[in-house]
Amino acid sequence: MSDDIRALSAQLAQDPQSLVFLRLGEALRRKGQLDAALRVAVNGLERHPHLADAHDLYARVLTDKRDYERAFDEWDMAVRIAPNHTGALKGLAFLYFKVGDLTQAESHLEAARKVEPDDPSIDQAIAMMRKGSAPPAPSATVDSPTVASSTVASSTVASSALDETRVFAGLEGANEGLLLIDGAGRVLGGALKDGGGTDVTDAVAAYLAGVSQEAARTAKLLGLGAWNGLSAEGQQGNVHLAHPTPDALLLVVRERGMPLGRLSILAQRATAMARRWLEQHG
Amino acid sequence: MSAALDLITRVRGVRGAMLVSAEDGLVIAEQLMEGIKGPAVAALAASLAGKLRRAMGAAGTGTSVFWHLQAEQGALLVVPGGGGNSEGGILVVAVAEPDVNIGLVRLELLRAAAAVI
Repeated sequence: MSDDIRALSAQLAQDPQSLVFLRLGEALRRKGQLDAALRVAVNGLERHPHLADAHDLYARVLTDKRDYERAFDEWDMAVRIAPNHTGALKGLAFLYFKVGDLTQAESHLEAARKVEPDDPSIDQAIAMMRKGSAPPAPSATVDSPTVASSTVASSTVASSALDETRVFAGLEGANEGLLLIDGAGRVLGGALKDGGGTDVTDAVAAYLAGVSQEAARTAKLLGLGAWNGLSAEGQQGNVHLAHPTPDALLLVVRERGMPLGRLSILAQRATAMARRWLEQHG
Repeated sequence: MSAALDLITRVRGVRGAMLVSAEDGLVIAEQLMEGIKGPAVAALAASLAGKLRRAMGAAGTGTSVFWHLQAEQGALLVVPGGGGNSEGGILVVAVAEPDVNIGLVRLELLRAAAAVI
């Protein structure tokens, strides 16, 4: 164990409530002791659940462990707590790049640049991304294996192109976790399967009109204006309900591991696709 | 109960918090800014929770542990108490501005639910 890690560990042992866990966790991460870094980050988060830096540390460790789903969740939470957290913004940009969403990746880097206009690493990351290379993961170690290939990113983007014949062609889970219905509950596109693989499209469609009507009534009577989305975390899965047009409803269902923030992004994409499709086929 | 609601209403952008009976939509406890009609919020939140529970059950996602309705001029955020089974349980409800930090409100709703249920 190096001297700095030993000293930081001793400080934390003396005062478990202190924020020294941030430095200790980062030191362990840089040394490649990821399991130890993870424990420090999780313990710190339990004591400081509203601290953006704690979520950022946890996300960096998760990224080094290639657990990108949870890393996204943690950086998303960091930005919700502290919208100008540049570490989290850069982290989200990196993860968006990895899934091929270059627009969101650049948008997050631009947001980081507004906060820290003198940080040359942000300009460098934007330039790299425009050339097709992955921006570096935030505070990545030299041996951190986290560079996405531009080929993978490009193919992901290309696969999202709208197919003229199917509403959600190219979108992840198009045949098992996306559903578009009209105002009468008729299925226009997509399909839903439950955890056991059973098709539940018609059963869910029958309930959605009632949910939508109740959501509209609730928003109106409470003076909240028109409703534009309903997100829910379930015990076995998460859902997002939106209406791409006033007469249509879109439901996105994903496994519990997908954070609501990311589900909302996916729902926005699906909503845009559904809207285009409805304009062309309506 | 009041202390639990305090935690929620301290979040910037939250206009009120309530504990609601999921079964009949009646108010159990409330801390609301002027102009918010507690009984209406309670009744509507309970009704929407019931319909959402049935839809999520059909979709195989299990009962909800947190949900929020986003609207142009505000949001309604709800944690059903009792392990996500809102039927016969208590709903912890917040009414908020549209730009509220959803993540923070969610955390406080979950904490409040753990404290009172």
